[in-house]
Amino acid sequence: MRRLTGGLLGVWFVATFVVSAFARELQSVTVLGFPLPFYMGAQGALLVYVLLVGFYAWRMQRIDHAVAEEGGDG
Amino acid sequence: MAEQAALVSRLRRYYAHFAGGFIGFVVMLAILEQMGVPNKVLGYIFLGLTVLLYAGIGILTRTSDLTEYYVAGRRVPALFNGMATAADWMSAASFIGLAGMLYLSGYDGLAFVMGWTGGYVLVALLLAPYLRRFGQYTIPDFLGARYGGNLPRAIGAFAAILCSFTYVIAQIYGVGLIVSRFTGLDFGVGVFLGLGGILLCSFLGGMRAVTWTQVAQYIIIIVAYLIPVVWLSVTHTGNPLPQIAYGYALQQVTAREQALNDPTTPEGAREAEVRTIHRQMQQAADARLQALEEGGAIYLASERERLTKRLAELESASLPDSATLAETRRELAEFPASVVLARSQWHAVADAARTKAAPIAAHAEPFAGPDEATSNNKRNNFLALMLCLMVGTAALPHLLMRFYTTPSVQESRQSAFWSLLFISLLYLTAPALAVLAKFDVYTLLVGSSFSELPNWVSAWAAVDKSLMSITDLNHDGTVQLAEISIGGDLIMLATPEIAGLPYVVTALVAAGGLAAALSTADGLMLTIANTLSHDVYFKMVDPQASARRRLIISKGLLLLVALCAAWVTSLKPGHILLLVGAAFSLAGSAFFPALVAGIFWQRANRTGAVLGMLSGLLVCLYYMVATYPLFGVSAPLWWGIEPVSAGIFGIPAGVAGLVAGSLLGASPSPEQQGLVARLRRPPPTD
Repeated sequence: MRRLTGGLLGVWFVATFVVSAFARELQSVTVLGFPLPFYMGAQGALLVYVLLVGFYAWRMQRIDHAVAEEGGDG
Repeated sequence: MAEQAALVSRLRRYYAHFAGGFIGFVVMLAILEQMGVPNKVLGYIFLGLTVLLYAGIGILTRTSDLTEYYVAGRRVPALFNGMATAADWMSAASFIGLAGMLYLSGYDGLAFVMGWTGGYVLVALLLAPYLRRFGQYTIPDFLGARYGGNLPRAIGAFAAILCSFTYVIAQIYGVGLIVSRFTGLDFGVGVFLGLGGILLCSFLGGMRAVTWTQVAQYIIIIVAYLIPVVWLSVTHTGNPLPQIAYGYALQQVTAREQALNDPTTPEGAREAEVRTIHRQMQQAADARLQALEEGGAIYLASERERLTKRLAELESASLPDSATLAETRRELAEFPASVVLARSQWHAVADAARTKAAPIAAHAEPFAGPDEATSNNKRNNFLALMLCLMVGTAALPHLLMRFYTTPSVQESRQSAFWSLLFISLLYLTAPALAVLAKFDVYTLLVGSSFSELPNWVSAWAAVDKSLMSITDLNHDGTVQLAEISIGGDLIMLATPEIAGLPYVVTALVAAGGLAAALSTADGLMLTIANTLSHDVYFKMVDPQASARRRLIISKGLLLLVALCAAWVTSLKPGHILLLVGAAFSLAGSAFFPALVAGIFWQRANRTGAVLGMLSGLLVCLYYMVATYPLFGVSAPLWWGIEPVSAGIFGIPAGVAGLVAGSLLGASPSPEQQGLVARLRRPPPTD
């Protein structure tokens, strides 16, 4: 669970801060007609966030159920 | 469970009817407009009926039960809590200001888009499920239980009130602006009318009423935002999905930017001509400032006299030139009364001219600047602002409180997902709107003739010069980009007209902006009143108070807070965005370290929490007071970071205080450690 949270936060960090910090260097890369940093800021990062939060909710629900079936207490 | 499922399907039915009814209402008003009902009346009907609707929901959901009042009975299904959270979250600044800011600052404005959404990842992963597992009423409640004693609770309550109050002022300001702009009422009257709507709703039903009103408000906000932008996208690109269509528009905009910046093309040459005029204006303004620094009050008086004499000459002329006469009259009326005022006014003139004299900054280019150092400074500020907004998101009490209202821990996680999805709908659209509006201005407006300006341009230029002003500086009869000045708020407000939609859509946008401001203000005022009544009164002053008494106190405080907020707003304390930024930085610095460590670090104790919250809060406050020009201290910036991102210093100070205090103080008590263990254990599944 700790690894899941850490991993997702890692993705969050890269999509947000690493891409923005190197925005000038990444400017020549093009995605769907947009320069990559602009695309990430206006759309890509947001979609990544939605997926991260959605995946976390889904995964944690499965973990909760699995723990409950084992009868353990975590 | 069956009961909950029945509730969900009943709610779905209600709100589907509501959304249908709302669209029917818009169509009906459109028919009224065709029949010749004047615009002002349409504005009144639109704003009046939506406020009545919110008040109606408030009356229907009135309650005198404590859990209902504080946390809506903890049975708000994830999907609906997602909508309510989204409305709670999207403020007047997001709805009206964001697209305009992106229009004006291009890539650099995206810090707000990422900052206001990325924080949800922190909320969902680090806070929401754990706070729901804890399951009390307020955020200071958690601090009190986790760290023990009244001190952490008291500091938490103080910080919660401070940042919520700063934020609520910005919202009420937005309410006043929208009401006064669309109904012609006075700003102050607008503020109090809007407050009436907020109070009728939250006063009777607390969180329960606020929740169900916010769900309705979300529907209005998103319909009002999407309709004009989708239509704009259809007319300009033939594609009804603006989020996809604007890639093409952005390429066109970039091509136009290059052409207009190139003085060898005919259009570029005319732009260069206008820029030269701006440079001359800037030099004149700089010279005037220089003379003011040397001559002081004597120079100011002589300037005023010169202007008065000129006006007298113009008035006595046999054939007065009405345009010059009006201009001189205006100049004299706005003439600064003191040296300090003159300095700030003329600085603004010089700065505006300097911006206009520079070549057009490319929309998609990150951190544009004349040299490496400026560009690096812009990048640092971009990253700092983003971090402050994200951490602030994960610490604003009015948002975190919403996660207490779901029926289970699982649903709190799902609800974080839904709310992020719902707000993303708007945040994905705003950058598209900015580019589409720019496309319109660059391709249709620039190069058109001054005698045939589009209707929306002349209409808005007549209403408010700060939003839209356009002057033929080089007298060539055609519009150059450097001759247009656009205020940020114009973009969203004028979109319906740019897209060629009837006035009823403009009224719809106004109702959407009002819903955004009211829903956020509702949540914030309830947070302040609940913190005062629950944490300060019940937990610290009179723990024996009966439920009835607590409710009465809570409602009384709500009234008091509302009046207080309206009074402060009527003083017009400044810029909306500045207030919003301050609220985020304050919340992030004060709460985030103590909340996250409270959940994830068993060793964190009371000394650490107190020290962390105080140091974060104080460093953040100090930097803001020292550097915001408003406070008049104007100390040098640290590493060139703008005051809006004061949290970048406050948050590390908070973490440092928390770690140092925790390691120095005694271990937390077994109960507190037990609480940490309980929060982190999976909840009993149902």
